[in-house]
Amino acid sequence: MQRPNDTSTIERSVKVETHRQPMPPRERLERIFAVEHLDALYGGKPAIKDVSMDVYKNLVTAIIGPSGCGKSTFIRCLNRMNDLIPSFSQTGSIRYHGQDITDPGVDPVAVRRNIGMVFQRPNPFPKSIQDNVAWGLKVLGLKDNLDERVERALTQAALWDEVKDRLKASALSLSGGQQQRLCIARAIAVEPDVVLMDEPASALDPIATAAIEQLMHSLKSEYTFVIVTHNMQQAARVADMTAFFSISRGEEGQRWGELVEYDATEKIFTAPSDKRTEDYVTGRFG
Amino acid sequence: MSTHSLTKASLRAEGLPRRRAVNRAMELVAWLAAALGVAILGVVVWSVARRGAGALNLDLLTKTPSVAFSLTPVKQGLANAFAGSLVIVGIATLMALPVGILVAIYLNEFARPSVRTAVSLTLDVLNGVPAIVIGIFVYGLLVLGHGQSGFAGSFALACIMLPLVARSTMEVLTLVPMSLREASLALGVPRWRTTLSIVLPQTIGGIVTGTVLAVARVAGETAPLLFVSSLAGTSLSWDPHHALQTVPVAIFELSESADPADHTRAWAAALVLLIFILFSSLGARWLATRTTRRLSTSR
Ligand SMILES: Nc1ncnc2c1ncn2[C@@H]1O[C@H](COP(=O)(O)OP(=O)(O)OP(=O)(O)O)[C@@H](O)[C@H]1O
Ligand SMILES: [Mg+2]
Repeated sequence: MQRPNDTSTIERSVKVETHRQPMPPRERLERIFAVEHLDALYGGKPAIKDVSMDVYKNLVTAIIGPSGCGKSTFIRCLNRMNDLIPSFSQTGSIRYHGQDITDPGVDPVAVRRNIGMVFQRPNPFPKSIQDNVAWGLKVLGLKDNLDERVERALTQAALWDEVKDRLKASALSLSGGQQQRLCIARAIAVEPDVVLMDEPASALDPIATAAIEQLMHSLKSEYTFVIVTHNMQQAARVADMTAFFSISRGEEGQRWGELVEYDATEKIFTAPSDKRTEDYVTGRFG
Repeated sequence: MSTHSLTKASLRAEGLPRRRAVNRAMELVAWLAAALGVAILGVVVWSVARRGAGALNLDLLTKTPSVAFSLTPVKQGLANAFAGSLVIVGIATLMALPVGILVAIYLNEFARPSVRTAVSLTLDVLNGVPAIVIGIFVYGLLVLGHGQSGFAGSFALACIMLPLVARSTMEVLTLVPMSLREASLALGVPRWRTTLSIVLPQTIGGIVTGTVLAVARVAGETAPLLFVSSLAGTSLSWDPHHALQTVPVAIFELSESADPADHTRAWAAALVLLIFILFSSLGARWLATRTTRRLSTSR
């Protein structure tokens, strides 16, 4: 991680790509998630408080912030992944295409069917490379043109050329970066509406990272991406919108995460309106 | 980043020789205790083998016992007991295995933590219930008014196997990484399907291990069978609707006989039982290490 030199002028450590396509005006964007006053608690202790933000269709939205500020917690709320944690509870609403997915009547399986997820650590199934992608397709009833679908997903995930000769080999024989791309292929093969990625590149080398970023670029016309990242250069490179989460402290030593600022990526990195955001993106943590 | 640095003086501590001696002594005591454990098994195996080996032959496994007071006592086997044990333990396994696995799946994959703790505790208590208590329970439940049967014996043994199977299955289920379940659930695959297709296949080895150990354990169980399946004839029978002779009960009865030849056969039967248990335990252990290794390398 680069830290700015201790000079009087603040040197920006993050350069926003200049050749990025301009974002359409906000009012022309379709809202895919409308999160309102979301509190998420583990065992009664809040991990994030009062988060309200909209996620727009066919954009890449990045979530950045210091460790423990609740980025993973937030992103896992978006596909009901936290249901697996017994001590978890939440209040507020998350409307997905207008429907509140926090409603107990909503089927989490249907939610996850539409909102896929890629995790921080690659977690391929202990099956063959091909079956890793094909299994979900079969279980979810997308059985037509199975081989074609597998090939397309692997191609989109920039993995096809590396594995096309050994599709029957165990997925666990792949390198970490290849495994992560396999997990991405697995997630997009079942044609979700949204793909959530929790630090997908944290275990990858720059080449694999670039491949994943390229993938988001080329696929965002079909999907909507929400990506958690520790790497601000990455957020600046891939994201259209960026949300900055930070840790707040209560009087009795409680800590919780909250959304500090949410805006177009360019704005966040060049002209943030909150001091905390500026400190964070310039590398001066406070 | 140590805060103190070692000086020459502190390397030559005062009490070093004493400390070394204490260390040695402790090591020796621990070694002796371990050796004692091995020795006990060794002595058991050796004494059973020494006394039983003489009567250990094919006839023991294939011939039925002579009828008492028969004038031509030639058929001197325990085939009926081996057949009965096979049937009773087999049916007990068929009863305990699916239920035990389902209990474990429910507790590990679906139950709330409080339910999980409560039921796990119940399983541990059930595991600790003396076999003879289970025998009386099954006697009251199935035998009174209906008579003894192999089924009653199977049921009693299944009660003993159930917590063993459930516990060992739970143990391997907890080894399956959460990330694997998440991978499947995040695709929009239902919970039950995830459990069935992703989680369970990872645990087969562990379940087999637990089952083999449970079988080994109940194969020698005598007390409950005395109540529920002991008044059996000497003829070979595979029908669990009636009382069946079993190996442990046969050993018990032969040991009470006046005829020294019967004692030898009791030792021989015990030897067969012992060999069976030794081999199944070793096999189970081998399977267990394989499974654990596979699970830990696949993260
Ligand atoms: N399963 C859990 N049970 C209890 N507390 C949890 C659990 N998961 C997260 N937390 C707590 O919630 C807070 C937010 O955690 P979270 O994992 O969302 O942070 P994060 O922003 O993703 O951090 P990182 O960048 O290190 O991944 C932390 O204080 C953490 O201790
Ligand atoms: Mg995280």
